[in-house]
Amino acid sequence: MAELGAGSLHGGELAFNYQERELNERLKRLYPAVNEEETPLPRSWSPKDKYSYIGLSQNNLRVHYKGHGAGLCRLASKVIRVASKVIMCFVFSDHAGHGKNHKDAASVRATHPIPAACGIYYFEVKIVSKGRDGYMGIGLSAQGVNMNRLPGWDKHSYGYHGDDGHSFCSSGTGQPYGPTFTTGDVIGCCVNLINNTCFYTKNGHSLGIAFTDLPPNLYPTVGLQTPGEIVDANFGQQPFVFDIEDYMSEWRAKIQGIIERFPIAERLGEWQSVLQNMVSSYLVHHGYCATATSFARATETTIQEEQTSIKNRQRIQKLVLAGRVGEAIEATQQLYPGLLEHNPNLLFMLKCRQFVEMVNGTDSEVRCFTTRSPKSQDSYPGSPSMSPRHGASNPHLHGTGADSPTCSNGVSSGKNKQSHNKFPGLSSSSSSSSSSPSSANYSESNSTDSTKSQQHSSTSNQETSDSEMEIEAEHYSNGVLENSSTRIMNGTYKHEEILQADDSSLGNGLAEEGCTPRLLCGGNQAATERMIQFGRELQGLNEQLCREYGKNATHKQMLQDAFSLLAYSDPWNCPVGQQLDPMQRESVCATLNSAILESQNLPKQPPLMLALGQATECLQLMARVRSGSCSFARVDSFLH
Amino acid sequence: MEVTASSRHYVDRLFDPDPQKVLLGVIDMKNAVIGNNKQKANLIVLGAVPRLLYLLQQDSSGAELRTECAVVLGSLAMGTENNVKSLVDCHIIPALLQGLLSQDLKFIEACLRCLRTVFISTVTPVQLLYTDAAVIPHLMSLLSRSRRTQEYICQIFSHCCKTPDHQTILYNHGAIQNIAHLLISFSYKVQMQALKCFSVLAYENPQVSMTLVNVLVDGELLSQVFVRMMQRDKPIEMQLTAAKCLTYMCRAGAIRTDDNCIVLKTLPCLVRMCSKERLLEERVDGAETLAYLIEPDVELQRIASITDHLIAMLADYFKYPSSVSAITDIKRLDHDLKHAHELRQAAFKLYASLGANDEDIRKKIIETENMMDRIVSGLSESSIKVRLAAVRCLHSLSRSVQQLRTSFQDHAVWKPLMKLLQNAPEEVLVMASSTLCNLLLEFSPSKEPILESGAIDLLCSLTQSESPALRVNGIWALMNMAFQAEQKIKMDILRALSTEQLFRLLSDPDVNVLMKTLGLLRNLLSTRPHINQIMSSHGKQIMQAVTLILEGEHNIEVKEQTLCILANIADGTTAKDLIMINDDILQKIKYYMGHSNVKLQLAATFCISNLIWNEEDGSQERQDRLREMGFVDILHKLTQSADPSLCDRAKTAMQQYLA
Repeated sequence: MAELGAGSLHGGELAFNYQERELNERLKRLYPAVNEEETPLPRSWSPKDKYSYIGLSQNNLRVHYKGHGAGLCRLASKVIRVASKVIMCFVFSDHAGHGKNHKDAASVRATHPIPAACGIYYFEVKIVSKGRDGYMGIGLSAQGVNMNRLPGWDKHSYGYHGDDGHSFCSSGTGQPYGPTFTTGDVIGCCVNLINNTCFYTKNGHSLGIAFTDLPPNLYPTVGLQTPGEIVDANFGQQPFVFDIEDYMSEWRAKIQGIIERFPIAERLGEWQSVLQNMVSSYLVHHGYCATATSFARATETTIQEEQTSIKNRQRIQKLVLAGRVGEAIEATQQLYPGLLEHNPNLLFMLKCRQFVEMVNGTDSEVRCFTTRSPKSQDSYPGSPSMSPRHGASNPHLHGTGADSPTCSNGVSSGKNKQSHNKFPGLSSSSSSSSSSPSSANYSESNSTDSTKSQQHSSTSNQETSDSEMEIEAEHYSNGVLENSSTRIMNGTYKHEEILQADDSSLGNGLAEEGCTPRLLCGGNQAATERMIQFGRELQGLNEQLCREYGKNATHKQMLQDAFSLLAYSDPWNCPVGQQLDPMQRESVCATLNSAILESQNLPKQPPLMLALGQATECLQLMARVRSGSCSFARVDSFLH
Repeated sequence: MEVTASSRHYVDRLFDPDPQKVLLGVIDMKNAVIGNNKQKANLIVLGAVPRLLYLLQQDSSGAELRTECAVVLGSLAMGTENNVKSLVDCHIIPALLQGLLSQDLKFIEACLRCLRTVFISTVTPVQLLYTDAAVIPHLMSLLSRSRRTQEYICQIFSHCCKTPDHQTILYNHGAIQNIAHLLISFSYKVQMQALKCFSVLAYENPQVSMTLVNVLVDGELLSQVFVRMMQRDKPIEMQLTAAKCLTYMCRAGAIRTDDNCIVLKTLPCLVRMCSKERLLEERVDGAETLAYLIEPDVELQRIASITDHLIAMLADYFKYPSSVSAITDIKRLDHDLKHAHELRQAAFKLYASLGANDEDIRKKIIETENMMDRIVSGLSESSIKVRLAAVRCLHSLSRSVQQLRTSFQDHAVWKPLMKLLQNAPEEVLVMASSTLCNLLLEFSPSKEPILESGAIDLLCSLTQSESPALRVNGIWALMNMAFQAEQKIKMDILRALSTEQLFRLLSDPDVNVLMKTLGLLRNLLSTRPHINQIMSSHGKQIMQAVTLILEGEHNIEVKEQTLCILANIADGTTAKDLIMINDDILQKIKYYMGHSNVKLQLAATFCISNLIWNEEDGSQERQDRLREMGFVDILHKLTQSADPSLCDRAKTAMQQYLA
């Protein structure tokens, strides 16, 4: 056997590692849509899925013909072989004839079939030696196809043969296809899973379509027939001779063009109103109240939700995003009585967050000790330990609170995958949609709030109120929240709006965080004591919940994480310090917002995010049902 | 006529004494003419153009009015060809060029836009751009002003660069340096026009092409920029034009034909342009450019022939207008009809290039469905372009011995070919007669019927043509015809050609004509009875001609061919005497036996060898006479030659003396 010598083993291993890394990188670049946990890519020939005459070496990439025994036997078979080749070429007309039933032919398949999510798949085979006669076939076959054949001779088997340059499409008779190939040539095979065709390349030149209407789940396959034939496969270990990425770019452009020019066969204006609705509902959902109003005015549309309701939500969201969770809880209890009581998981999550914010020094319960905050005067210093009333709470909701809702992470890929499937019954809580009488107060103070912020904007920008969208966009992009600048997160700008609205209090507080060493609870002794006390109350709440609903691993984890912060001298730079990142407020904020909307019988997700989630899910479904175009219709390429 | 009335009103307003009202009038006129060809024609008839030009040229008009005038004129130029003609006749071009000297960018842009529209029309003489030598440098300087000036100026250049002179003028004014960086402009339009500029500048121009390969754009070689523009996700127009640039640079010798950017990028890109998915225009352009790229290089021909089933793909070019298009859609039919000729000629051209050198490729082409029938019908199409391309294709395929013997015979291609030769423009004649040369080769079965259809007279008349190419082909065909022909044919040729014409051709300024005429003589003077007969009737003239050529200033090949004729003459029974009595000729033979060139020595020795051949009558006298003249000594010396064939030949001759 011509395996690697023992002396060179070490060097070989190094090279192998390097090759492996290059392979991974190349495969990732070529087939970004493939989820290898679900559908692994072919990386080598399979030592199990081959005929016995085939030998493998060099990490199962090299295939050689070893035949079936002593010289005499081979000599005898040579006569048969030549004869049968002749029969195959000239006499072969009936399908079951023995001409194709060739004794010496032997094939090997790759380890895995080609995943449809590749969109376009490509591999190359270098002819190291044509051996005695160069009867080599390169192609594709389905699992289970007889390996005692060259690819192409049987049903669900396809091949391009070197000796005559013919293509074999599940048949013993070949069709004239391309040039012959021999020692030194590099033959490529490209499967287009979008239109289910296949073409070959020779030394980097495309030879044109060989097969159409290919079935799914084909394996790269090679077949050899005479002694001395050796071929090497390249599944991406090395750069390809043919510029496959250029070919892929054409299809990417083609499919994106189809999507962009997709005909909207509807009555005039209907499509536009759908789009306007999408935008408007998105703005309303996240409480961009002023923007939504301007948008509605400009597009002459109406907003479903009441102004006051939007502003209430906006106010609560602002509080959460500013880290003033205690106030947010108060406001929610005021404005939406019963909501948190019906939703103990949400309440617990909020309280955990509140604790974290206390550590951070941002929650008003500790801020009142440190800085004079005009906001904290409005807030309710009443005990946060006030136990929620547990009415008709929904046991199904256990353990959902910690999950980040789709709306906030629908943009950032990955996380949202399961959210639709996992919690189908989330919206089932039949809470009383109470428009609380006290909300009037809030909306008043709130509206002054928002005008204040508007004034602020307009003075600095010298723009009319029509362009509020732009102003907000500017806020969003100026990067006060350092790590949010690249993400399109619903809440990001709002941190800032608050920051600008009452910069005397919060703004300074936040600014301090950035430049001076941060201290636990702002460094105030009383605040720290308050925090410890709050922690105990939180612990108590957890125990109470356990008693009422049974153990909850998520809660336990949340609590543990939050308390761990106290174990470090510098919580901001500790293994669990991530929690202190203002970014973490966003998911809490989104969950709370969704819960409020749901309680008002409004969609817990804006249609825009729903559509986005649907599109993402649809693409994954396409991959599963083997529609290759999914690989070139990436959702992210349409998000700017 | 009502339209005229309203048009009149627009023109009248141009003459209002209040300049503000004139401006409003021009703006109204602008809005009225947009997309309205009838209105445009009316305004031109009513004399709006001179007035607009006058207003445009007056400084007193003010920038806004002048700009609006240029815009209206540009709009008029967008109309029919007649509109453009009228504008050019009113001297719009000098006026607009003058306008470019203004400082006002908007006005300059409007002038350029109008100039662009005028110059892209086929009716405008491009020379008008070059009459004032200051124009090109000024345009170059305007390239830095705005994206619009860049787009318009590049477009003007690419449409006005038609001759090598134009290329040189633009090149000398720094076109390459000024335009190169526009290839990476943010504006697609600017990129495209710059790219088109380079394609016309590089076409058949080694100077430009050699400069282009060394140009760097933002640190990147120009050829790499072009390669990037050929990426498959780029717009087709961009891919195609970039491929043209690289093709022209390659054909001009600036890029090697085995360079990866040609082999792996340009060639496949052009093959893709031939695919059914492309528009008809693109397929025509793609095929023609590819034909040009691969024409001189057999390796490129081989690669193209296996790429994406190109040969089969081209067969589709003959299917327009398709029967489907006729039924379904009149507009489509019209479109197909318009491009059908272009498609066919492009396919023929590409087939011609593909089959120029490689026998296997020729076979593949001929095996394509109905190929020979298509060529045969192409030869008699009304469009000259198609006829020319078809005959080019036939010529290329006629280089195959096998095809001459088989498919050419099966399809009687000689018939339409002979018909084509009766009455065709010169370029078609050149190709057709060249093809005929191949069909008249000795082994070709077409030879007989061609002779019977009166080819000899036709070919003889070609030898009297003004064009050297036609004279060569005529005499070449006669030469092939005479090769190993029966005596009757030889006498027919001599009679039809006349000895006067034969001797005129022997003094032809074109050396190819001379060579082929000598070849004809040599073929006529083969086998002894033929030599005897021809020498008895034309001996004197032939000997004169031979002497003349041996004495003249000619290259080695010509002299060798002449000595071979002499050797043939020396093989004739009676003809030998004509040499033996001619002391002059014998001295010449002696001289060439001692020449430094082996080929000439060989031919001269052959001649002597024939003269002294033993079994002939009077060989003893000739041997004696030649011995007296010192030939034996020379032969003896030649037996020591380093060249084996010369040595052999001399030994054979010496043996005649020993026997």
